[in-house]
Amino acid sequence: MVSHDDVRYVAKLARLKIDEDELDRYAAQLSSILGHIDQISGLDIAGVEPTSHVIQLSNVLRDDEVRDSVSRELALQNGPEVEAGAFRVPPILDTGE
Amino acid sequence: MAAKENLLRLSAVEALELMRAGDLTAAALTDAYLEQIDRRDHEVGAYLRVTAEAARLEAAAHDAAAERAPLAGLPTAVKDVLCTQGVTTTCASKMLEHYNPIYTATCVKQMTRAGMVSLGKTNMDEFAMGSSTENSAFGPTRNPWDLERVPGGSSGGSAAAVAAGEAIWALGSDTGGSIRQPAAFCGVVGLKPTYGSVSRYGLVAFASSFDQVGPITRTVRDAALMLKFLVGKDPLDSTSVDHPEEIVMPEDRDLSGVRIGVVNELVGEGIDAGVLSVFNDAVSRIAAAGAEVGEASLPNAEYALPAYYILAPAEASANLARFDGVRYGLRADSGGGVTEMYEETRQKGFGDEVKRRIMLGTYALSSGYYEAYYGQAQKVRTLIVRDFAAAFEKFDLLVSPTAPTTAFRLGEKLGDPLTMYKSDICTIPVNLAGLPGISIPAGMSGGMPVGLQIVGRAFSENRLLQAAHSAESVIGFDLVSPLIEERD
Repeated sequence: MVSHDDVRYVAKLARLKIDEDELDRYAAQLSSILGHIDQISGLDIAGVEPTSHVIQLSNVLRDDEVRDSVSRELALQNGPEVEAGAFRVPPILDTGE
Repeated sequence: MAAKENLLRLSAVEALELMRAGDLTAAALTDAYLEQIDRRDHEVGAYLRVTAEAARLEAAAHDAAAERAPLAGLPTAVKDVLCTQGVTTTCASKMLEHYNPIYTATCVKQMTRAGMVSLGKTNMDEFAMGSSTENSAFGPTRNPWDLERVPGGSSGGSAAAVAAGEAIWALGSDTGGSIRQPAAFCGVVGLKPTYGSVSRYGLVAFASSFDQVGPITRTVRDAALMLKFLVGKDPLDSTSVDHPEEIVMPEDRDLSGVRIGVVNELVGEGIDAGVLSVFNDAVSRIAAAGAEVGEASLPNAEYALPAYYILAPAEASANLARFDGVRYGLRADSGGGVTEMYEETRQKGFGDEVKRRIMLGTYALSSGYYEAYYGQAQKVRTLIVRDFAAAFEKFDLLVSPTAPTTAFRLGEKLGDPLTMYKSDICTIPVNLAGLPGISIPAGMSGGMPVGLQIVGRAFSENRLLQAAHSAESVIGFDLVSPLIEERD
């Protein structure tokens, strides 16, 4: 049911690198899980309201006031690469052309 | 002073009484638990990190304090999904192997303020995804009753610690059964509170509309005691609410007038015969103690598992998008652009089950499948909520086995994710409806503990805990795991 291409596509959406030799296993496991899940597909429940959350909460607001927040030093503490008070990342634009 | 061996059998309530009476010091109690960890944890693997030095200092400070904090000196294990500033918090993932949180979870803060002594951080399925604690990137935890078996999961480390005498009680978290199922497998008590009653701030998010923190303890009264200090609205978690009732300690009384429904759909096909026999015996005792026991029905219960395995992975796929190698955690970078860095980081940082759930959730949310999967599952969630509401018109509480089997062998279900997921068929419906549920030991089957699950209406923790305490006393489960027993 789930093809190798499906696994590649979903992995790409999820920013997961999957090795070619893992495709069989993931395709089979996802097929088996989705096969079980498919038993709800046939339920005739078009008119039922969806539930996204069990507690009835509308917007939770607070006053807009100045408060202490995390210091820059603390915020950067766990950064894998930090430079000049910022997180450093690889090039975000394709410079290959 | 109490003999050292017996300290590992004490409930938290009993230990507090001894300490208040001056018959036991926090230092002696903490030492007894640290010694047991030293002796046993190389076999059990309940802890990822033991903070012995800090624990001894805290215990000594409690002994020296002029006024005792309400939970002063209770040696506590903390699931490694809860952020602890200054103590590495990994979620049992390579992704967070060296992560040092810059804040502490609200529930941990509240427990610390109340006087707990943290012994360390416990093992779990990676990012709380699993039912056996075999999905930990740092090796499995073993069941203290039989080291060849799993402790359940995902809070397997916390449950095993309590069952092995390596903590007097523990903090766990429950998204689809992750407190109750390991509590059942390890012969201890596990409570998942009503959704929203305990702050999720500092709980590393898995599926935010399901996740709840709760106690794993030796007795129901201990669960009530810990819950008292966990509940409360937190400005840092906008889904938290004030519990409408003050949590009170259950009293010794029978079950007269309590209407208890046995959930038909959870006592038939798919439930192991030995588990059912223990369960039925427990229900007879509950009836003999005065409860009005009848048959209840959750007609859509069979759809809970498929709906959950859309909704929870969908939420997880969004929550775990934050692990991208930029702000914290692992970064794997072989010199490409930022997208390659994301992909390599997530390939190396996440284990198989986490990847599976991220892909499953991404699939269910992807264009063309959203309505068929995610939308449909949300509607099924409504059906489950309605089923419970209808059942609670006739009953005060619902009961079922906590899990369809006792603890299985290590490796037994690891290759087949769907079979593993089915370990949570009895607990998942409760999370879909956000209700409070507790597992208490009901007896033994084939040498392994069996759990009885009791479920109540939203925010009915006092009633739930009272009935669970009464049930606990008529069931009379007084066994401890061999790892504690042999110290007597």
